[in-house]
Amino acid sequence: MVETHQHRIYGFALSLSGNPADAEDIAQDAFIRAHRALAGYEPQRVRELKVSAWLHQIALNVFRNRVRRKLRETVPLDSVAEPHANGLGPDELHDLRAAVHRLPPRYREAVVLRHVQGFNYDEIADVLGVPAGTAKSDVHRALAILKEELS
Amino acid sequence: MSLTDQLARLGEVRAPASLLPAVMAAVGTAAADRYGRLDDEVWPLWIAWNRDGVSAVMRADVNDEAAFSGWFRREFDRPLLRADSVPPALTRSRRYDLREVTAFERDVLLKTAEIPRGQVRTYGWVAREIGRPAAVRAVGTALANNPIPVLIPCHRVIRSDGVIGNYGAGGPEAKREILAREGVDPVEMERLAREGVRFFGSRTTHIFCVPTCRHARRVQPRHHVQFHSEAEARTHGFRPCKVCRPAAA
Repeated sequence: MVETHQHRIYGFALSLSGNPADAEDIAQDAFIRAHRALAGYEPQRVRELKVSAWLHQIALNVFRNRVRRKLRETVPLDSVAEPHANGLGPDELHDLRAAVHRLPPRYREAVVLRHVQGFNYDEIADVLGVPAGTAKSDVHRALAILKEELS
Repeated sequence: MSLTDQLARLGEVRAPASLLPAVMAAVGTAAADRYGRLDDEVWPLWIAWNRDGVSAVMRADVNDEAAFSGWFRREFDRPLLRADSVPPALTRSRRYDLREVTAFERDVLLKTAEIPRGQVRTYGWVAREIGRPAAVRAVGTALANNPIPVLIPCHRVIRSDGVIGNYGAGGPEAKREILAREGVDPVEMERLAREGVRFFGSRTTHIFCVPTCRHARRVQPRHHVQFHSEAEARTHGFRPCKVCRPAAA
């Protein structure tokens, strides 16, 4: 499970946190929680599990808990000198990643799940625990803010 | 490029290599194989193991660490963690994790593991011993795919016509080298087989053996006799050795 999903979950955590060190911590914590949870599940429940969405949900919870605890004391993204060398992906996406990171969490979570991770609105509704219509309007609101920021 | 295309590219990142080992270490390592380098066999080896025993071996003098760990993950699709050291009792335990091979391959490999150091048997011998006397070629294939060479001594299985046979871990030359290191004379062995000599016997005991059996090698030269077939030996009133089992009893 970890081998198959590590890159996607790390990418998700990176888009949410904007910081490679936090992303690794979040992904690691999410997989450890997932592992422990699986051990306690009935075989039937394990078979029916939509693993990818379930892992995203766990990672999201880990991220939200960390934000609450740390009161947003994360390193500003602009202070990372060489984003690519630090595991942030292609340099030219640096501005976009920074803009995503500045979005309010609610919009950030929705737009990352839809356009970075590629889930549909029903899946996003499940992960976020909101109606699909709410997820959709949050994604559109996020895209509008990003367009304005990057123009 | 549109905004949504760019957003999709944000997901194109790779998790750091430290993530997987950290998770495996935290959830308990029962499921993970560990590996290290072993320097006390005929060649330096990469060796992987888990709670069931040794799971994989590869020569470390001709394959680098990445070649070994890459092969392991492709072959077994399990995580593999570098260990600080190889447990000293690991190779002596003679415990092997062969869950990824077929039942037939497991029979072949475990039978091969019984062949003592300094001795050889033929592919036909292994086939007969596991109760599949016609499956001589399949024995060759199973040994060619031995995931634990050197420790499971597939090099001690040769062709009955004296050709030393192929060897995955470095070809026939490597097979001769490792057999010689174990005390077998590969040149003499091949010469005898070319002359059609299959068995050694003792005139005092009237027992015949495979030529490398430790009992055959103890026979005094004046009592030593050679046979070209089981039928020839039996015609002379000889019975097969119960230790090396050169023929069905």
